[in-house]
Amino acid sequence: MSKYIATRAIRGANALVTEAEVMLNKALKEKGAETPVSFPNTAYYLPTILGMTGIEVTKLSDLPPVLEQARKMLHPLPSGKHWTPYLGETLDSGMSTLLAAEVIEAIRFVYGLQPERMPEDFTLAGGTTYGGANGHGHLNGPIDDIQLRSWGIQLVDGRMPGFAAIVGCAKSNEVAVKIVRELQRRNILTFLSGNVNGRSIIDQLHEEGVELGYDTYTVPFGTDTLSAIYALGFATRSALTFGGMKPGMSREILNYNKDRVFAFVLALGEVDDLKYAAAAGAINYGFPVIADTVIPEILPTGVTTYEHVVSMPFDQIDGKDDLEKAERLVQKCIEVRGVKVKVSNVDVPVPYGSAFEGEVVRKADLRVEFGGKYARCFEYLHMAKLDEVTDGKIEVVGPDFSSVEPQGHMDMGIVIKVAGRQMQADFEPVLERQVHYFVNGASGIQHVGQRDIAWIRVSNPAADKGFNLEHFGKVLHARFHEDFGAIVDKVQVTIYTDPKLHAEWLEKAREAYDFRNKRLADLTDDKVDEFYSCTLCQSFAPDHVCVVSPERLGLCGAYNWLDCKASFSINPTGPNQPIKLGKLIDFQKGYWEGTNDYAKIGSHGAVPEVSMYSIMENPMTACGCFECIVMLIPEANGVMVVSREDTAMTPAGMTFSTLAGIAGGGLQTPGVMGVGKFYLISPKFISADGGFKRIVWMSSVLKESMADEFRAVCEREGDPDLLDKIADERNVNTVEDLLAWLEAHNHPAMVMDPMF
Amino acid sequence: MAKKREINEYSTDPAAQQMLIRAEELGIGTAFTRADAMAPCNIGSAGMCCKQCGMGPCRLTKEGDVGVCGATIDTIQARNLTRAIAAGSAAHSDHGRDMAFLLKATAEGEAEGYMIRDIAKLRMVAGYYDIPVDGRAPEEIANDLADLYIAQFGQQRGEAVPIRRATKKRQALWRERDVVPRGVDREVVEALHRTHIGDDQEPEHILEHAIRTSLADGWAGSMIATDISDILFGTPAPVLGQANLGVIKADMVNVVVHGHEPSLSEMIVAASQTPDVIEYAKAAGANGINLSGICCTANEILMRQGIPAAGNFLHQELAIMTGAVEAMVVDVQCVMQALVGLAENFHTKIITTSPKVKIKGATHIEFEEHKAMTIAKEILKAAIDNFKNRDNSMTQIPDIKEDLIPGFSHEYINYMLGGSYRASFRPLNDAIMSGRIRGVAAIVGCNNPRSSQDYLHNLVTKELLKQDVLVVQTGCGAISSAKLGLMLGEAGLSEVGAGLREICETVGIPPVLHMGSCVDNTRILTVLTQMAETGGLGDDIDQIPAVGLAPEWMSEKALAIATYCVASGAYVIFGGASPVGGMPDRVSDSDAVLKYISVGWEEKYGGKLEFIPDPQMMIKATLEHIDKKRAALGLPEYDPTRFGRSGDAEMLKLEALPLAEKRKAVYGLAAD
Repeated sequence: MSKYIATRAIRGANALVTEAEVMLNKALKEKGAETPVSFPNTAYYLPTILGMTGIEVTKLSDLPPVLEQARKMLHPLPSGKHWTPYLGETLDSGMSTLLAAEVIEAIRFVYGLQPERMPEDFTLAGGTTYGGANGHGHLNGPIDDIQLRSWGIQLVDGRMPGFAAIVGCAKSNEVAVKIVRELQRRNILTFLSGNVNGRSIIDQLHEEGVELGYDTYTVPFGTDTLSAIYALGFATRSALTFGGMKPGMSREILNYNKDRVFAFVLALGEVDDLKYAAAAGAINYGFPVIADTVIPEILPTGVTTYEHVVSMPFDQIDGKDDLEKAERLVQKCIEVRGVKVKVSNVDVPVPYGSAFEGEVVRKADLRVEFGGKYARCFEYLHMAKLDEVTDGKIEVVGPDFSSVEPQGHMDMGIVIKVAGRQMQADFEPVLERQVHYFVNGASGIQHVGQRDIAWIRVSNPAADKGFNLEHFGKVLHARFHEDFGAIVDKVQVTIYTDPKLHAEWLEKAREAYDFRNKRLADLTDDKVDEFYSCTLCQSFAPDHVCVVSPERLGLCGAYNWLDCKASFSINPTGPNQPIKLGKLIDFQKGYWEGTNDYAKIGSHGAVPEVSMYSIMENPMTACGCFECIVMLIPEANGVMVVSREDTAMTPAGMTFSTLAGIAGGGLQTPGVMGVGKFYLISPKFISADGGFKRIVWMSSVLKESMADEFRAVCEREGDPDLLDKIADERNVNTVEDLLAWLEAHNHPAMVMDPMF
Repeated sequence: MAKKREINEYSTDPAAQQMLIRAEELGIGTAFTRADAMAPCNIGSAGMCCKQCGMGPCRLTKEGDVGVCGATIDTIQARNLTRAIAAGSAAHSDHGRDMAFLLKATAEGEAEGYMIRDIAKLRMVAGYYDIPVDGRAPEEIANDLADLYIAQFGQQRGEAVPIRRATKKRQALWRERDVVPRGVDREVVEALHRTHIGDDQEPEHILEHAIRTSLADGWAGSMIATDISDILFGTPAPVLGQANLGVIKADMVNVVVHGHEPSLSEMIVAASQTPDVIEYAKAAGANGINLSGICCTANEILMRQGIPAAGNFLHQELAIMTGAVEAMVVDVQCVMQALVGLAENFHTKIITTSPKVKIKGATHIEFEEHKAMTIAKEILKAAIDNFKNRDNSMTQIPDIKEDLIPGFSHEYINYMLGGSYRASFRPLNDAIMSGRIRGVAAIVGCNNPRSSQDYLHNLVTKELLKQDVLVVQTGCGAISSAKLGLMLGEAGLSEVGAGLREICETVGIPPVLHMGSCVDNTRILTVLTQMAETGGLGDDIDQIPAVGLAPEWMSEKALAIATYCVASGAYVIFGGASPVGGMPDRVSDSDAVLKYISVGWEEKYGGKLEFIPDPQMMIKATLEHIDKKRAALGLPEYDPTRFGRSGDAEMLKLEALPLAEKRKAVYGLAAD
């Protein structure tokens, strides 16, 4: 700290705790002690309070002890002369500020004042669900557990290097947009809150038509400073979700954030007492503060990894114009936090980065589309000999889309020819699936699907900036080299719009798809002699280890056996290592000496044995980014499958969020397992316990989105109508109802052997 | 006969100078004048005199001289030094023993007026020794801890338990060298035995036991004393206090507590705040009772209660010289016999309180923990009764005092660097690793009238601060910096190099941290251990860029402290004369022991003890050592120009501008 900052932060903390006390007393009087208190769709109660104090707040009367604790950590202001030390005292006061801020936001929820209202034309591009008011006319408020988990894999594998909590208002709308774009370009999550003299960066971005929401990595929390607490709630939950920390392990949670969550606070505009106080709270998490105004700097390190507080007065930044200054400001933030950013330098006329992956191109903005209802689009990647590929050659065969009318469509095929000494035919589909992510990274381009059901849209702004067909090639060439340089030496891309050649190549592609399908079908656990480990999540969940086999993909859904194999080729010392199976112990349950030994080592002794095919005996552990949870329903002699997207109550009496607490964190809990959704259709899905037929209940979102795959599984299992016998949340929410349903639908689980 | 020095050569402290002038006016001798009159024995001070048996004393002054028994110079020096270390260890440890008994009595509810004030520390300390804490009353835990600690003194075999608080590497080294203390008393007794006529006569072997004896002090006796003082009286945290003779008040009954143990002084503090005692003082015509301290008793109550310090060791006579002290209450250690004769010139009562310490002519009111409060009141009433005897014509109080912020226990240092949630030594280690802090110096120890009071202390301290060396202090050395205002946050802005300034400003600390009394040097061991364990500065104390200094040492305790610091891996520099200096210019190899405790010990323990009288050389040696350790760790070379950008100064300048200009300068256009 410095005395200047300490004085203001401690003063701000004292004021806020008092304000929280007044609000709480009022709420207790007006609403009553038993009034429920919660944030939307989270199993972590009020997460900062839960993490720091271990208190599970469910009603107003749980809050007074929180504020008592907050008050205890307040301190008097440093004396004008002959002061006593203030650093520890300021950090404590900062923590008081966070506790008080979360209490206030919780009370605001009670009064219906959160999420903050916005004009009706304000729409979130993906956000927390609030009953009816879904993304229209309000800010996001706190991030829900669903989103936290779905970002999980990106946070842990470094694709999303960290988050920026922006508080205040930028010098101009132009600067606000530039700052956010610079962060998006680096895939840094951006949380927005606060204002200066009533004007918020959220207003600035909204006025400029910047899409805000989960899909664009920019989450508007609220236009006051207090809402920045949601950023710290997110940080706290990431330690609880992925780090295996328990509520109340405050020191561990804070250190986890310092060491693993690369976040920082960017204060735009005047910094007042409350902002200083909140910043002191953030510093407890190891998050440094960068201001674009003059404030005293705190450059010594220790509580944060690098500098604690950095002042970079906007007008004094080197740069030919405000845009360049804004860019430098963002660079400085990254440097101060030590964020490890991987920027793709892709030579296209639109901004490029993972943050743009979620962008949707709406009909109104559409310039042209390939695929979809009216056209055919495919993508096909195949390997060739080194001398058959000209690296960097990009050809467009056929007409470009300039002649297509606005909002029109045309056929297109993307054929990628790669060569490399380490390249194997097995990697073709692995690489081909990347086309989706690579193409989507371009701002204003939307990619859906894969193979011959790909569907690509180009927006008007992108086309106006000069984006053309050749740029697909540029994107792919650059990204394949960048991400797969270890196995790919040469990349050549041909874009076919010529109808004759398009048809010819589509035929070739389909032959290849068929071949691969057969190969994949043949690729079973008993045909290989090694599985792969996946410890990608260990940066976040230190004791968890995935064992990935051909018939069981990683629980995050992002890594199958071939992916792991490719990843091992790319980085032989990386997170995916071959596990030699060695002696088979029990094929039914899926025990090998090799997998057991690996579980022991990989989990640092926490998991001595792991069964590949059973949920009941030594099931595989999970980090926190699983796509769904499988859980035993003892009364039904079967299991339910809850999707990450499902926020409704399940027959187990718990929502996904609550269940996730049991399934995650690297804990081995018989009867509970976090899995990737494609594991559900594997013949090895809990095969030791009876397989797919054990599923008695499944979230409808899953049932519908994978209906075709499930129908095929039902055929395979010899019960074509099985899917219809599985209950979901639309008709069953309790065990009693479930049993009645199973009885009525004659579900096979009712007559199967007991599960335990 | 030594030459008589000028007043300003006696002390650099203006308050002391005033009192020394007063002493001259009154024709009263002090330690300063007696030091002039008493030239030190040159054979004894070289460590070459042996009076261990009735065949001597043997004075070895010539090449090839041996004692009657054949003892060589180096054997005699090693024995003399070891005996001094044993005496010093005994003094600290006996203090620790009394604290352990007091903890036991408190746990059993038999100590009048005492209570367990710091339950958190009790639980933490108990935790080191696997004493169960959960679900137990503090008294139960304290009872177990007291039993364990009492047992450390008489333990015959095994290892003194606090040893396990050292770094793993250090413990292994001690075990390998077989110097882990078994029990405090056993090591002291063995030291006396081994140095008896006709025993251990291999100097290095004798000195290995000096190491073991000192460890029984630093990692047992003293550490126990500090632990229990904190448990019973509270772990120190920063508090505003004052130092120097100006704290004595003309209109009040002045009671000066002097000595070392907090058990009595804390009780006197408590008693002085009771209404009946205050009333009694007022009835005697005074405006109340004014307590102040001398020496380490001063430090104990200063760092916990903010009770002012009248001064350090050499102020004990000068305080009486003010003519305004009704009673000087003393317990153990560093209490001059001269006080009684001096006090006869005034009305001051010298009250001895320890069953171990009586001084001829002094009033003895024996302290006993079972009725501590009663005795404390009795002592205060005796002082108040004496108020009427004060002769105002004989009263002269220097109007000189300085504020300070003491109270830097290692627990608080840990807290101050990260708050309740993130407390750690990381920021301190980072500061050293980056080079903002070049290194750490512990400048401790006594006053010695043979040098100018506080002169060496302050000169070395001030220069090291300018060189970005963070200074921690204990004992009488601490009071000398306090008197100079170096223990204030302001000094952290103005008296230091640019890098250290940033750290002081970030944390809000003075550049010189007051860590307690001389028995509290164990706090420094704990800090160094925690720094090593935090990482980045090696894995043991001997790798940390840190130096211990005692520029004005005089007591045997100082030698014990120096030795346990060396054994823990520290480089220790003493000012003044070496007790084993020999006469190398006249007798060759008579400095073998002197060299051995430097080079020899460094090879074995990574730490060394050296005697450097010249303050400039002391500073040079300190900085060279720090830089050497920095280089060994691969840290960037110290560069005084690299840091100093952060802080409030710029902001405060802008804040002073008129509003419109200020807005533009601070917020630019961003706020509009």
